[in-house]
Amino acid sequence: MRNRYDMQLHLLDTQLTHMGELCETAIAKVTQALKEGNTEQAQVVIKEDEEIDQIEKDIERLCLKLLLQQQPVARDLRRISAALKMITDMERIGDQTSDIAEIIISSKWEKMDENLDKLTAMATGVSKMVRNSVTAYVEKDLELARTVMNDDDEIDDYFDEIRDQIIQLIREADGRDGRKLFDFIMVTKYLERIGDHATNIAEWVEFAITGVHKDSAVMH
Amino acid sequence: MEAKKANDYKFDISHLNLHYGDFHALKDVNMKIEANKITAFIGPSGCGKSTFLKTLNRMNDLVENCKIDGNVLLDGKDIFKEMDEITLRHRVGMVFQQPNPFPKSVYDNVAYGPRIAGIKKKSQLDEIVERSLRQAAIWDELKDRLNKSALGLSGGQQQRLCIARTLAVEPEVILMDEPTSALDPISTSKIEDLAMELKKDYTIVMVTHNMQQAVRVSDNTAFFLLGEVIEYNDTEKLFSIPEDKRTEDYITGRFG
Repeated sequence: MRNRYDMQLHLLDTQLTHMGELCETAIAKVTQALKEGNTEQAQVVIKEDEEIDQIEKDIERLCLKLLLQQQPVARDLRRISAALKMITDMERIGDQTSDIAEIIISSKWEKMDENLDKLTAMATGVSKMVRNSVTAYVEKDLELARTVMNDDDEIDDYFDEIRDQIIQLIREADGRDGRKLFDFIMVTKYLERIGDHATNIAEWVEFAITGVHKDSAVMH
Repeated sequence: MEAKKANDYKFDISHLNLHYGDFHALKDVNMKIEANKITAFIGPSGCGKSTFLKTLNRMNDLVENCKIDGNVLLDGKDIFKEMDEITLRHRVGMVFQQPNPFPKSVYDNVAYGPRIAGIKKKSQLDEIVERSLRQAAIWDELKDRLNKSALGLSGGQQQRLCIARTLAVEPEVILMDEPTSALDPISTSKIEDLAMELKKDYTIVMVTHNMQQAVRVSDNTAFFLLGEVIEYNDTEKLFSIPEDKRTEDYITGRFG
């Protein structure tokens, strides 16, 4: 029954997975660029963000087509509307990854050995959150979605730690290294925001599965 | 759902069983139908939804071998034991799938019920005809054609005329059995708007095969399957987070 419809829904899963992978790749590449101060790699990240923007449009179009043609209800309605919300967050993740790349290029990024490990761990953490949130959607895995929401606390802790350390460094530097320290905190903040977007995605996954979004019923 | 008072419900149906001979068409139906709301019945053909609708004004009484057990209370009174069918049908009107105007003038169609009820005064009948046609959102289209035959109207106009004819006897409940399935989209949306307008003054119960129609117009929806009520809930709830897998499968089109 409803073969074509199920095929379109399957295509939606595939495209979302692909968009999630593009975000993950972007985060991995920008992390590499941060570690090496590699501006060429940073350029690649900015260029590849166009792909993320493009697939967002493709998914949006597919969702609108599904709404129009299939008039979805129940779980289908929840999945399609959740997808429409999720791609906005994924697109932002792409943008923020590009923003990090911009910093690397424009400021002749100087790596700071003191905090680089923490920053790398943070990037790895948010990347995993993005992957898990999309997997949770495709697999309809509520537990995994909730794991993502919990993981965000860890990212916030990293942010606090790095911030405190930067404040300390500012004191010690006595006015020197202003740009470097400022850039570092910017990058950290972007990563923290990416964690928030992954959390948003996970919250929409929860809605797709249960009909409840952030503890409140969206419909009825 | 917040607690509702007894008089918020027009019908209170309990343990209703209906047999056509050996065929068990309705199985232990329990349902309260809210007053001044639109309640939709959905389900595959043969699920019992129309049978149930007809039971509400005892249209099944004359069907051979039809046996009904259980209680159907209208405002607390049993429609089988405490009411005759004339009174019941006066209070509970019905609109059918195919518009079925009488082969008479527009005016005589609407005045038919009131005349039977004994109203003879022309001015009073005029008033009823105008009020009913206005309520049915068709007065402007028909006010200059009151003496023309109702059979010359379009399908959509005929259906609204039938609704006006139902309204003329001032019922409390209007039963609609797939009221728009024979109509084009424009007439359909007129009937839907009309139903939503009428619920201020009437309780409406509607059988529909068009699920989007149930979503658009109804407040509550009951899903019937093989003579049973599988799920009865707030319409938005039922169509967004159905509780029963069979409901989910039916409304998402993955049934069977």
